[in-house]
Amino acid sequence: MKTLMRIDAITLVSGTARGDVFALGEPLSFWGGFDAVTGAVTDHRHPDRGASLSGRIVAVASARGSSSGASVLAEAIRLGTAPAAFVLSTRDAILTVGAQVAVELYGKACPIVLVMDADLARVRAARSAVVTTAGARATIDMA
Amino acid sequence: MTLTLAPIDTELLAGRHGEAAAFAMRLLVKFAEAMGAPGFLDIVGAHIDGCLYHGQVSLDFVEHAVRLKGRVRVPTTLNVGSMDLIHPELYRGPEKLATDGARVMRAHEELGCMPTFTCAPYQTMFKPRFGEQIAWAESNAIVFANSVIGARTNRYGDFLDLACALTGRAPAYGLHLTENRRATQLFRIVETPFDDTERTAIAIGALIGAEAGTSIAAIDGLSPATTEDDLKGLGAAAASAGAVAMFHAVGLTPEAPTLEAATQGIAPTVVRTVTAPDLRASLARLSTASDGAVLTAVSLGTPHFSPAQFAKLLPLLTASPPRTPFYVNTNRQTHDALEASGAAATLRTLGVTLIVDTCAYLMTEVVGLKGSVMTNSGKMAWYAPGNLGADIAFGSLAECVASAAAGEVVRL
Repeated sequence: MKTLMRIDAITLVSGTARGDVFALGEPLSFWGGFDAVTGAVTDHRHPDRGASLSGRIVAVASARGSSSGASVLAEAIRLGTAPAAFVLSTRDAILTVGAQVAVELYGKACPIVLVMDADLARVRAARSAVVTTAGARATIDMA
Repeated sequence: MTLTLAPIDTELLAGRHGEAAAFAMRLLVKFAEAMGAPGFLDIVGAHIDGCLYHGQVSLDFVEHAVRLKGRVRVPTTLNVGSMDLIHPELYRGPEKLATDGARVMRAHEELGCMPTFTCAPYQTMFKPRFGEQIAWAESNAIVFANSVIGARTNRYGDFLDLACALTGRAPAYGLHLTENRRATQLFRIVETPFDDTERTAIAIGALIGAEAGTSIAAIDGLSPATTEDDLKGLGAAAASAGAVAMFHAVGLTPEAPTLEAATQGIAPTVVRTVTAPDLRASLARLSTASDGAVLTAVSLGTPHFSPAQFAKLLPLLTASPPRTPFYVNTNRQTHDALEASGAAATLRTLGVTLIVDTCAYLMTEVVGLKGSVMTNSGKMAWYAPGNLGADIAFGSLAECVASAAAGEVVRL
């Protein structure tokens, strides 16, 4: 991948991931809005209904909705249907807890990193990205 | 904001209190960092919702804690599970779900949790006291603890509830702190169309859920005759219709002896005048079945029925026994007391099925809650159409009994 831009980020959950960027149209409740078996958005009212998030670098401000979203994300990471990583502009507790549980239980990483609002817009405009964390710091290389 | 760890937090992380506590503390640190909490505080109790089976990860999480020889560090109650362990013969769902669901419940007991299996832990001997710091899951229990008791909890949920219990610590943020417990919205009831406190409470609960969302509302104008069970129903309705974690009822709840106290002296940003038509409309939105609809069943006790509610129900049913199937959900402690007093036998003779450890609303295969179902629960009324595919009629306790006797929705 030819790197066009590198952005600094803060690590919420550690790991390395590479994939196509998926810019969610609006925040998603993983509980009731995402199918852990298929990896697809199922929320009837969500603009990306039907889209697959599996293996994507999902770029969105935050999640929303029930704390049971943590279970749904952890279950999707277990099944291998989860996004490859999340790039967020808000410290999201639901996704952070779900991804951390998957690290602890299954040793499977779905890194989550935090960026500034302006940088999130840049990530959302990119085609693909590589997320790399090193301790509390992280970088996003985009193409 | 940087997270400051107390000596106990460092010990927990280092595994000085066992590997399970270290695992739980790592999770809490991640969560506290994500929430921007400055540190942790001690809790005196926990209530866990994780015993409701959500999938393989629910089982894996608790089994991991069992494998690491985890023990809860504070008295911990358990929410309803997917199974009635006292009456397992009622279950008719898939075998795998039954086995895993029951295992999730048992595994929590192995961690030292109390097998209360109730969504109303405030009706057990583990009821917290005013001002105590706790970590509770289950939306209606959270609202009740904060609002009616004045104990302090945030909306804990998946994984975090057990992590708090295994460490005895909770992140110091949100409703654990006095300054975040003030009402920012005022709902002033000027008139109610109902002659009972029960319907008024559910109507205003559903209204603040829909309009206040996550904000804390102060409700002014509720009758002094409003009971603890009315406030339980109010909170459950509010937590279903919105993400309400706390409300104040001026003159009724402990942190709201006056409006000034409820708002901590800061003018509310929203002042809503609530009229009789507002309350009537709020309650009407909870019913999808029309008046006169033929009833499949009546289901009471979401949240679990209290001894005081049974004391009201029994004479009503004796006067007019139900013709439709009639379910009442309650906890083990209340169930045992009903058995001991002979009231359980009387209720069975009258045609009532008592459900313990779970909720009719989680056991759809068992009770066949399809068609039109009636309830006095705002929470059940809110969720039933989407989750059960049933039509629902909300009514007062008296209306539920009269409708069960008539076999159709009756209004009083």
